[in-house]
Amino acid sequence: MTGAEIKEAVVEILSDIAPDEDCTNLKEDVAFRDQLELDSMDFLDIVMELRKRYRVQIPEEDYPQLASMASTVAYLEPLMKDMEK
Amino acid sequence: MPKDFLRDAKDAYDVVVIGSGLAGLTAANTLARNGHSVLLLEQHYKLGGLATWFRRPGGHIFDVSLHGFPAGMIKSCRRYWNSQIADSIVQLKHIRFDNPMFSLSTTFDRRDFTRHLVERFGVARKTVDEFFDTARAMTHLGDQSMTAGELFERFFPGREDVVRLLMEPITYANGSTLEDPALTYGIVFSNFMSKGVYTFAGGTDKLIGMMDAELRRNGVDVRIRCRAEKIHVERGRVAAVTAAGRRIGCRAVVSNGNLKGTIFDLVGQACFDPRFIEEAQAVRLNNSSTQVYMALKPDVRLDEAECGDLLFTSTAPVFRTDLLLNRQVTSRTYSFYYPKTRPERNRSLIVSSTNARYEDWAGLGRADYQESKRRLVETTLDAVEKYVPKIREKIDATDCATPLTFERYTSHWAGSSFGTKFEGLAVSRRLPREIAGLYHAGSVGIIMSGWLGAVNYGVIVSNDVDAFLLD
Repeated sequence: MTGAEIKEAVVEILSDIAPDEDCTNLKEDVAFRDQLELDSMDFLDIVMELRKRYRVQIPEEDYPQLASMASTVAYLEPLMKDMEK
Repeated sequence: MPKDFLRDAKDAYDVVVIGSGLAGLTAANTLARNGHSVLLLEQHYKLGGLATWFRRPGGHIFDVSLHGFPAGMIKSCRRYWNSQIADSIVQLKHIRFDNPMFSLSTTFDRRDFTRHLVERFGVARKTVDEFFDTARAMTHLGDQSMTAGELFERFFPGREDVVRLLMEPITYANGSTLEDPALTYGIVFSNFMSKGVYTFAGGTDKLIGMMDAELRRNGVDVRIRCRAEKIHVERGRVAAVTAAGRRIGCRAVVSNGNLKGTIFDLVGQACFDPRFIEEAQAVRLNNSSTQVYMALKPDVRLDEAECGDLLFTSTAPVFRTDLLLNRQVTSRTYSFYYPKTRPERNRSLIVSSTNARYEDWAGLGRADYQESKRRLVETTLDAVEKYVPKIREKIDATDCATPLTFERYTSHWAGSSFGTKFEGLAVSRRLPREIAGLYHAGSVGIIMSGWLGAVNYGVIVSNDVDAFLLD
């Protein structure tokens, strides 16, 4: 998957987690938390959905990498680059 | 021949969940939805753990722990259970306090607490805002050295009345005291006392029934009356569970039992590193409770305006958390249940809850124990009289629960009704590093307690189990 495709996948997951919010126009470098009402359970759900949908394993110590769209895509790229969309 | 409650169970599952409290139920549901085969074992004849209820003649149903939970429960039920369950959650809008320092009503949200603190207690608005913001910023990774008492002293020096307002509901909800870490207070306070108190319309029996149905839809093999006797560990990994005399293989176990019971009774200390055992031994259990249940005659109506939904009362002149555990009870929290709780039954009930020490009840002889129970009911009726005049003429049935009752029905060490103190959380989280495939999800560490804490901890641990099973 390309960076753009990974971003699309993350937006899809976020939209499922926060159905009342518009997740399509998020600022790349601003923390999700500052743009959406997300709590620690929501972040856990992102991790679980990534595993469920793409079999990506994210250890707990890496959770801070999922702070913003830019950092999330940068973190996931090497893990997902060989995947088919 | 006795009935075989494990009849037709498979010889092996991906995961065995031991205990069907809210954390166990939620873990079983989450793992099944993620495609794992799950066996759920419950020793009692009904699911729910402490999220339970019992019936008495006359059509009365008492809820044991349905006293009010945070707004976050709606989202967690929608996401980890189903929208039908989430849609049955309704707000309790009338929470009352009555003690020698103050008497007030609140909707139990940040705005209303702020209003009371500013207008009635005369605290500066800026201080109140800073207190709420500080509490909200706390996480379980933060500074553990500051106590809740020190946090209050920093913001409201010398104001025992303010401390009482802000601490009493938390002590009631999870047994924590002014001596516990401030962060455990801050996390629970921010969840609980910011967006109101909620309950489940239809009662605990309806909720657990809906959860049971959802578990079965998702393919969980649910077994009641099956006590897990042993967790088998082979070469540092979980291998099987023995329940009802039968050995069932599994790759992972989620124990929803008491943390200490899991380590010392189900697994056995020989399977762990001695340093870990030392830490586990040092974990302090949280306190237990007593409850008195009062069912009103079918035609009797409670004065809703006078009683409210949840009423925190005390006759103690000052608020001291150590006094709350004393057998000379001065503090009681009443849950009032109106016909709206279960409209088809049209009954009114009162449940009085008080924190209590196991040791105060466990050592009593049979006669003393019965006499203590009788006294507990009588003194409670005396205390309720203030809010429900002529209570003795109005009741149809009474009953009571002691720490021994909680121990009997939950199999928790010392009848602990709120799990463990804060240090228990780290021990619970470390289990899978000690023994591969061994997990604990139950009331622990103060913050993972109560209905919402239990549900969410079930999910947090399921995430780890899911990752482990995929590897």
